[in-house]
Amino acid sequence: MIIDLPSTTTSQLNKKLVELRERGGAVALGRVLTLVIAAEDDDQLEEAIDAANEASREHPSRVIVVAKGSRTAAPRIDGQIRVGGDAGASEVIVLRLYGPLAIQGQSAVVPLLLPDAPIVTWWPGGGPKAPAKDQLGQLAQRRITDSAAERNPIRALTARSRSYTDGDTDLAWTRLTNWRAQLVSALDLPPFDRITGASVTGEADSPSTELLAGWLAEYLKVPVKRVKTSSAQGIVSVAMERRSGTIELTRPDGRTGTLTQPNQPTRRIALQRRDTRDCLIEELRRLDPDEVYEAALNGLGKLSTRRKAGTGTKSTGTRSAAAKKTATKSKA
Amino acid sequence: MTRRWNNPLRDPRDKRLPRIAGPSSLVIFGVTGDLSRKKLMPAIYDLAHRGLLPAGFSLIGFARREWEHQDFGEQVHDAVAEHARTPFRESVWNRLAEGIRFVQGSFDDDDAFDRLAQTVKDLDAERGTGGNTAFYLSIPPWAFPVVTKQLARCGLAESSEDVWRRVVIEKPFGHDLTSAKELNAVVNDVFPEESVFRIDHYLGKETVQNILALRFANQMFEPIWNANYVDHVQITMAEDIGLGGRAGYYEGIGAARDVIQNHLLQLLAFTAMEEPGSFAPKALRAEKVKVLGATKPVEPLDETTARGQYTGGWQGGKKVVGLLQEAGFAKDSITETYAAVTLEVQNRRWAGVPFYLRTGKRLGRRVTEVAVVFKRAPHLPFDTTSTEELGQNALVIRVQPDEGVTMRFGSKVPGTTMEVRDVTMDFGYGHSFTESSPEAYERLILDVLLGEPSLFPVNEEVELSWQILDPILEHWAKRGAPEPYQPGSWGPPSAEDMLTRSGRHWRRP
Repeated sequence: MIIDLPSTTTSQLNKKLVELRERGGAVALGRVLTLVIAAEDDDQLEEAIDAANEASREHPSRVIVVAKGSRTAAPRIDGQIRVGGDAGASEVIVLRLYGPLAIQGQSAVVPLLLPDAPIVTWWPGGGPKAPAKDQLGQLAQRRITDSAAERNPIRALTARSRSYTDGDTDLAWTRLTNWRAQLVSALDLPPFDRITGASVTGEADSPSTELLAGWLAEYLKVPVKRVKTSSAQGIVSVAMERRSGTIELTRPDGRTGTLTQPNQPTRRIALQRRDTRDCLIEELRRLDPDEVYEAALNGLGKLSTRRKAGTGTKSTGTRSAAAKKTATKSKA
Repeated sequence: MTRRWNNPLRDPRDKRLPRIAGPSSLVIFGVTGDLSRKKLMPAIYDLAHRGLLPAGFSLIGFARREWEHQDFGEQVHDAVAEHARTPFRESVWNRLAEGIRFVQGSFDDDDAFDRLAQTVKDLDAERGTGGNTAFYLSIPPWAFPVVTKQLARCGLAESSEDVWRRVVIEKPFGHDLTSAKELNAVVNDVFPEESVFRIDHYLGKETVQNILALRFANQMFEPIWNANYVDHVQITMAEDIGLGGRAGYYEGIGAARDVIQNHLLQLLAFTAMEEPGSFAPKALRAEKVKVLGATKPVEPLDETTARGQYTGGWQGGKKVVGLLQEAGFAKDSITETYAAVTLEVQNRRWAGVPFYLRTGKRLGRRVTEVAVVFKRAPHLPFDTTSTEELGQNALVIRVQPDEGVTMRFGSKVPGTTMEVRDVTMDFGYGHSFTESSPEAYERLILDVLLGEPSLFPVNEEVELSWQILDPILEHWAKRGAPEPYQPGSWGPPSAEDMLTRSGRHWRRP
């Protein structure tokens, strides 16, 4: 059910919500969190709401969408309440904010927050440089940005690594989980040799690739090379060197990974790129600070970069640990 | 060396990382069965889809059918397409399909098992399974001795430091204490106890695990979780289906052996156990063993137990036949399809609190729940008329369907008079949480591959359960035919009597 409340106030919205609950049975009870979606009022808005609705099947939540409309219009809130079939297992409140209100979103959101339940703010498109300082970010225990959705992903990631505050997280990091899981389990197997070096290959403006390299650099405490390629999307391959040989995980087609380890048969793994819904579900699963993400951001500063020709051929370049430059100056 | 290796990429704070099983393969015996098609294969696909299976994971089917690898692959494909919980993805399926093998043979066929051993070996070489193998015996218990002996003969049962071999068995774990001991002896003869995983799929359910979270992670429940406040506990597992087509398994077994011995007693153990020192498998099992050891049936059994058999009649708008008319059952079968028992847990926490366990087929609806019913408030400062409609407070853990927790308490009825009536407060795992919450089998298969035994009952628990149930079964055996009950009802009249004697009544779930 979709109920439109044009040119409304938050108290009217609240009243309507209570009324809906009384009429239709317990709607808002049992919600575990409030998810605030901060976005522009454009085509991508509905996609984000859909992803949130899907995620609500695992995390019942109240979704408050703050859609910023024209800044030059007269100040006005157009409200919309969606419940039942139109809202997955959640209830969605869409607030279209116009004029000066557009940048004062928190004033409209606060009265609609669920009591006591944790708050998560998600910027599905462009987000603030310092999420924790943003007005909508300040409300939340957890702030989800998506560097890959920015116009300049790497610059956004760098800015966020500088302003990192506990509770920040980024979907570029979430997209990595499967890669990281495979790499971790690869190291669980013999031979138990120390890793001496590593390199990560991926698209030049793929923030996930940067983070993966940063994570490896931070945890392996070895020089990690960031190789840039334009032959495929996202992360393409990771290699970890050991005395006994190199462990390599490559995904040239964005779907299937191949894991090669010395003295072991080559293994193929389904490693498709994850959709937003998947990532959001994973994000909402935990609301405490992600120390590992913080460490990976730290690692960004320890990378050495090397640009590679736009072909899909394998990198055989010299692996010099001395060439430590920050990966972040790329694409500038 | 193994001990000292510290995986530099592992960080205990990294809670995102899923637990991926190490290199391994799974061999399913009885691969043509219903369970295998409807539960096991889809669960394996779902695990693969969630990225929890190791690279190179292989699935070997063993059955008498004249199938090639591809035929078996097709069977798995169809089963997955029909029953899997997660959407079908070609890339995931292709990876899984590469590791599917089939070995044709019967259980007494030495050749077939040699071929199986060879297949396991080949898969290690081709796909790097490391030889680690779990054997899922989805077969009747009479076949256990043959199969385990065959596995031992081919050297498939031996674990070493680098290679593990595990065996998974399903209920029934015997039909009384003696047969359970025999069965355990047969299995333990070949596989050491730590390699035996007894599947009780109830323990894989989120809600059952949530009993522990509810009790031990909160402050507000545990203080009243004892005989001072609890009046009695009801554990129910009801099914609305009949036993058509299951005569071979069910005839002579009956509801108590089929359900109470395993599922309900495990639920009782979770509900009544003391807090474990930690959630390490050993600590958890120790507490379960303790509480099961303290559990005894309440005498006299004539008054504290009930059993029934469904008759023909109308259920939910459909005409159904009685058990005696179902194909495969004897016309004078005395197999019970409804069983209710009264147990007590003889320790300080639970002294005097009856635990009522009931289960049955063709009951009102399909439901499994644990209801903890509290005593009435010792003093009510209201007029008697105001609290006439006030019942006992209750906390209900709904295991399935509609997983969640319900609390029942008194509340004032709006109006000018003070009138208190029962209301319920509900926690659901989201309206449609079940869609995303993993199937019990997924969790359990993954645990087998990881070698994580917490959710599997041990030998001792099985034997203790039989010890509790055996006197009741013996008593019933002397009593002749069970009492008939209408399909779609909540059991025979004797079940109602068994509670009314002490002024209580069954909750309508």
